[in-house]
Amino acid sequence: MGGYPEILQEALARVEETRPKRLEAAKKKKYYPKLLPSEYEDVLKKYHPDYRPEGRRVLKIGPNKGEELQVELVELLEGRPWIEPVDFSSRLRSPDYTTDVLVIGGGGAGSAAALLASENGSQVMLATKLRHGDANTIMAEGGIQAADLPYDSPYYHFLDTIGGGHFTNDKRLVRALVLDAPLVIKWLEDLGVMFDKEPDGTMKELFGGGLCRRRMHSSSDRTGAEIMRVLRDEVSNHKQVQILEFSPAVELLLDDEGMIGGAILYNLDVQEFLVVKAKAVILATGGYGRLHLHGFATTNHYGATGDGLVLAYRLGVPLKNLHYAQFHPTGAAFPEQCAGMLVTEKVRTLGAEPVNKDGNRFCHPLEPRDVESALIIRECIERGNGIITPTGRVGVWLDVPMIDLIWGEGTTAKALSSKYLQFKRYGIDISKQPILVFPTLHYQNGGLCINEWGETVVPGLFAAGEVSGGIHGDNRLMGNSLLDINVFGRRTGIRAAQFAKNRGEVKGLNLRHLERYLRELDKLGIKSNKKAPIILPDYRSPDKIKT
Amino acid sequence: MEGLKYAVGDRTIVAEGAKLIPIYVMGKRYEVPETLTIMKALEYVGYRFIRGCGCRAGACGACVTVYRTAGDYRLKFGLACQTVIEPNMYLVQIPFVPANKAIYDINQLSPDIFTFEKLYPETFRCLACNTCTKACPMDIPVMDCIQSLIQGDIKKCAELSHPCIMCGMCSLRCPAEIQHPFVTLLARRLYGKYLTPKAKHLEKRIEQIKKGMFDWMLDELMEIPLEDLKERYTEREFEPEPYDPDWHPKDRRYLIIEED
Repeated sequence: MGGYPEILQEALARVEETRPKRLEAAKKKKYYPKLLPSEYEDVLKKYHPDYRPEGRRVLKIGPNKGEELQVELVELLEGRPWIEPVDFSSRLRSPDYTTDVLVIGGGGAGSAAALLASENGSQVMLATKLRHGDANTIMAEGGIQAADLPYDSPYYHFLDTIGGGHFTNDKRLVRALVLDAPLVIKWLEDLGVMFDKEPDGTMKELFGGGLCRRRMHSSSDRTGAEIMRVLRDEVSNHKQVQILEFSPAVELLLDDEGMIGGAILYNLDVQEFLVVKAKAVILATGGYGRLHLHGFATTNHYGATGDGLVLAYRLGVPLKNLHYAQFHPTGAAFPEQCAGMLVTEKVRTLGAEPVNKDGNRFCHPLEPRDVESALIIRECIERGNGIITPTGRVGVWLDVPMIDLIWGEGTTAKALSSKYLQFKRYGIDISKQPILVFPTLHYQNGGLCINEWGETVVPGLFAAGEVSGGIHGDNRLMGNSLLDINVFGRRTGIRAAQFAKNRGEVKGLNLRHLERYLRELDKLGIKSNKKAPIILPDYRSPDKIKT
Repeated sequence: MEGLKYAVGDRTIVAEGAKLIPIYVMGKRYEVPETLTIMKALEYVGYRFIRGCGCRAGACGACVTVYRTAGDYRLKFGLACQTVIEPNMYLVQIPFVPANKAIYDINQLSPDIFTFEKLYPETFRCLACNTCTKACPMDIPVMDCIQSLIQGDIKKCAELSHPCIMCGMCSLRCPAEIQHPFVTLLARRLYGKYLTPKAKHLEKRIEQIKKGMFDWMLDELMEIPLEDLKERYTEREFEPEPYDPDWHPKDRRYLIIEED
């Protein structure tokens, strides 16, 4: 069943033709030369979708007023709320739930935050849009960084991270990230995460794009799933954490003193609003891949619609590092059913390289992600050396069979077992055949401004994980997001519990910030017919959507 | 870059000349272009998911689907986001699987069979019928996981079950009513925590961090001007790829290497 159709066979043959020679070079560790860091800018400016002037619009409202951001993001921030403040004035006096810490989002960051808040003495409610654990965390494949080998140090982790982020990162956040990293790995090891280890317990650590040392811890090629399964299980073991699934937040609430007061949730099953009063709120809503910036396909999970950005922006929390999204260099381009699906960077760290329609290499396999993406787009679009799929998508080959030829037969099936299985379902044996890839929208590099404890400018409102900004600057390295969600999930959990303990009662819930925001939209003449947050994307055929 | 017309988000592009084939969603007939996954076929005919859709990439287990094909008595199981439709497929998604997860403190458990006897006693009712394995959309030998556990081999159970997405189909089909996803999860956690040696280098590094041994290096990076930071980034020494056990760094100023 499946496999490559006739029209791709010729291009496929060319990859095989050039493989022996390329393989010989690869075995001697000779790949296509890396660009010099001074050459990055030129390539990015010309070929990276987010460096071009098109596809942007000036944001007219809020703390980041005047910035040119992606149209899809601006539409989110200028969208209509789910509720009208007047309808809620009486509801707010009798909340449906009361808790110390409300965690919004049930991915890795939210789960880590819930655990630490609970361990620090708080009653916790964890509200999540889909099921607990439905998040980008569960899809993260490659690994998690921590400088814990003798020939590595947090110093190099810091340098790699800030250089990878083009020196736009918030240094305080990077410092917290790299110093907490080994602690996080230890915490996960003690919770029972199965890391790939040598028989003596030494972590098997790999390279990643933009890293000067081996620092990538993994659990086969489903590191995120393994971490998420364990965190979810651990949260379920904590009786002080109440979990509310299929209940995304649609608005945040303040109290009369201007501190956070809770949130309005929406029960998707019975279509009913719920008011939650909370002494502290942690936003861990994840990223925005499902906004499909510039029309790109995405690796993100179904609920990744950037909700936390608009919720906090309406409260006046500034955004940062959102000018550039991360496009993962290798999203699947064939078969059509997999379009946009992540093909982990680990494929390239194990030795596979990208080649064009003539079977020639054209870039180093492990450039920083944004640079690698730009180089693949250049090869396809400007040079016309891409391969066109039967559905009209374009891509380049990722020559996966090199892995078994370098490391021995069976390596791919073992080290990349989930990718191996996925393609096998479509009749493609990736240990013997290359796959077609094209950049795909992968990660929200920036987000809400936080300090090293995840605090925002609103007292009692915290943010952790992909919704926050500044840790990764304008470009995140592989293995730093599984790390970030744990580091800042834990930090916000601790700090939110303290905040909840120290503050008095929440006095009078209100939506005055939303009233202000709506008046401002009105004054600016912005009349959006789009609801924000979006909650879930709509992929029905256009003729099936009833208005 | 007009070529960006190639990228078109997540709505499916139907290949030219694609044939329409009939599928039956909960008994209702629809015609959809062949080659679509079940998930995209459902969206094509007008479903908008709330339940039954998660990562859309085969990693989360939210979209598990039960189906039969015409003329075949067997029940089949697949992930809607991964399984390609077949003509005359009768399908339904399972939005939720009830299960009893045992509540425990992982720090208080011992990594042996008695823990399973206490927390999940029904595991030992396994009839070795292999129905669980047939129900697994991830091709996990589920029965072997349970059987190895019964024989006391937690390691084997943990390793075999590692691809588990916890969709729960095995558990729904099991005549002995075993909670396989949670039993194997416990096996993995016990194996990861107790049965593999701890990473000693990790413990050492944490000690060093707690003693503040890296603070001066990071202070330096916090304080130096941007130009110097950029220079240090450009000039940092690279460990060779792939891994070379004979490599030793020349620059050791920012490393802390302690002998055992």
